[in-house]
Amino acid sequence: MTIEELEQIAKSAQQDRDKYDYEVNVCMDLACASQGAGALKDALVKAAEGCGKKVCVRRTGCMGPCSHGPLVRVDPDETLYRKVAAKNAEAIINSLGTEPVPELKSELGEHFDRQVRVVLENAGYIDPEKIEDYIARDGYKALLTVLTEMTPNGVVHRVTESGLRGRGGGGYPTGLKWGTVAKASGDVKYVVCNGDEGDPGAFMDRSVMEGDPHRVIEGMAIAAYAVGASKGFIYVRAEYPVAVSRLTTALRDARRHGLLGNSICNTSFNFDVEIRLGAGAFVCGEETALIASIEGRRGTPRPRPPYPASSGLFGKPTLINNVETYANIAPIIRNGGKWFFNMGSERSKGTKVFALTGKIANTGLVEVPMGIKLREIIEVIGGGVPDGHIFKAVQTGGPSGGCIPAEMLDVGVSYDALLKMGSIMGSGGMIVMDDTSCMVNVARFFIEFCMTESCGKCIPCRAGTAQMYTLLTRICTGVGTMDDLELLEELCSTVKEASLCGLGQTAPNPVLSTLKYFRHEYTEHILDKHCRAGVCNMGAVISEIPSEVVA
Amino acid sequence: MRKNGFARYALIETLHTVQSSFGYLDDDAIRFVAQSLRVPLSQAYGVATFYHYFTLKPPGKHTVTVCAGTACYIKGADKLIGAAEKKLCIKQGQTTPDGQVSLMVARCVGACSRAPVALCDGEVVGEMTQGQILEQLERWTTE
Repeated sequence: MTIEELEQIAKSAQQDRDKYDYEVNVCMDLACASQGAGALKDALVKAAEGCGKKVCVRRTGCMGPCSHGPLVRVDPDETLYRKVAAKNAEAIINSLGTEPVPELKSELGEHFDRQVRVVLENAGYIDPEKIEDYIARDGYKALLTVLTEMTPNGVVHRVTESGLRGRGGGGYPTGLKWGTVAKASGDVKYVVCNGDEGDPGAFMDRSVMEGDPHRVIEGMAIAAYAVGASKGFIYVRAEYPVAVSRLTTALRDARRHGLLGNSICNTSFNFDVEIRLGAGAFVCGEETALIASIEGRRGTPRPRPPYPASSGLFGKPTLINNVETYANIAPIIRNGGKWFFNMGSERSKGTKVFALTGKIANTGLVEVPMGIKLREIIEVIGGGVPDGHIFKAVQTGGPSGGCIPAEMLDVGVSYDALLKMGSIMGSGGMIVMDDTSCMVNVARFFIEFCMTESCGKCIPCRAGTAQMYTLLTRICTGVGTMDDLELLEELCSTVKEASLCGLGQTAPNPVLSTLKYFRHEYTEHILDKHCRAGVCNMGAVISEIPSEVVA
Repeated sequence: MRKNGFARYALIETLHTVQSSFGYLDDDAIRFVAQSLRVPLSQAYGVATFYHYFTLKPPGKHTVTVCAGTACYIKGADKLIGAAEKKLCIKQGQTTPDGQVSLMVARCVGACSRAPVALCDGEVVGEMTQGQILEQLERWTTE
């Protein structure tokens, strides 16, 4: 495949599109599909056949505002319809060329206006199983440009220049990581994509893998060229069967077009990718545990150093990045590092995809520039808390993150600002809670999660989380004492300081942040035996409550 | 196994294949896989028990999996689980004595925007209510 051939494919794909006057895009992502998008698409295809207009019906990846699904967008005038049922298909097709169907038209202008789409630029515009669609939107152009015009060093330099930081949660500068792996000595190197989105309440990576799989593959191939690797692995959760099948199709198509394999674009660069399945272990999102899992072992982390950059998969230098990080690479190469650097806040560049869920009107995926105020995300883009309830907190970073109260909402979103508030950026889950959520119970929920997901290798995490869970259960059931609270705080710092990997080190965050901002709820539970949200059952029989847990 | 060239590192992939064919991993299957891939039985068993996705017990005829991710929790997934437990007289992770229904809890299926979510025999049902889940279970138990 050469650049000319690529342009040829893009051109013919464009010609195919030009044959039609209208494009009807149906979102077929999990949320819309579970509301009947499949039947809707069939109905649209049927209606389009008999209408006499030139209409192309296409299935696409996630368009974003899932709570309004199933979604249909009609191009070229970009009319977005919400909550469309199969019975509305004919009305939509008949309206083409005239006024849009008023009762289905969505009023989400503001929701989209505040967003900046880089990672999700193709979401809702391409059929994820058609490589031509991706190529027509400048896909694989970056890879071929890199191979023919840039040196590996030049690529690392451009990524460094962009200021991109790891999107998996840690926020390590991507360019620096690439540089380290590129400099590492070794004849064999690996590139790994971390698609083990274990963080409950987050689904950005799933949507990217399902909606735009080629973007991830292209990012990985560019990374492989930059660091000198010829083999890549994508580690995907087994809970995401659709993502696995889309990626499999995408890999097959890329190989068929000579975009993976040997001598790509007639250069000496060889690269291929294999998919590895996870099996439901949150800890496998940690890089050393992920490596163990790819090697077919139990996913337990090991102490670092040596870092994977020098000794990773099968003992070779390994580059591990998150799905969203790789998804940012192709646009950075195409538009230049400066372009990316100019977006976002001072130390966090570019955009970030968040999965906005919980007690909020517009749930779904949003992509916003870094530095945007939390309030703007929740009140404008998210549409605020529905049903007249009062906003209480927003949880970011999953089980490793923290809860941010209403008074902190005017802080701009960045890695450092969130860290300062006692939370983390995490992979991008953003869960909104209202006055019906009890913060002590929320903390208990996360500690229970960390307790069951702890791999058991190091004691502080294995035993510490279990003891914290017991203490929180005591508080939630009304038998807790102020001594329990003191012990809980002590345990938090022990687990935080002494654990081996990120899971344990961040496990106390939900407790610490709720203690920091919602301490009054803890004391209410202990002293007044009262849960203001009415979640905790204070009258539980005391004999049922364990006084301690043997870990 | 052949697809992966009997490679030792393909242990998890192989166990996935076994589980998707038989529904669970029994002792014989684990032994067979360990022997064929030349990995110690302890490692094969260790992997099979470490990962939540693998189950060593045969599932019921129907399975309802309630998502207990954060978004679903906030929207009341625990009430769904409680209602189902009461209805079936079993705890989460168990199967009814007649082998008809299994009640499972998942960590997150990635459909958080439609929380609370449950998988009824693999099909995603969003915005599930207690009434809906009980109705579904009633249909299955009286089959």
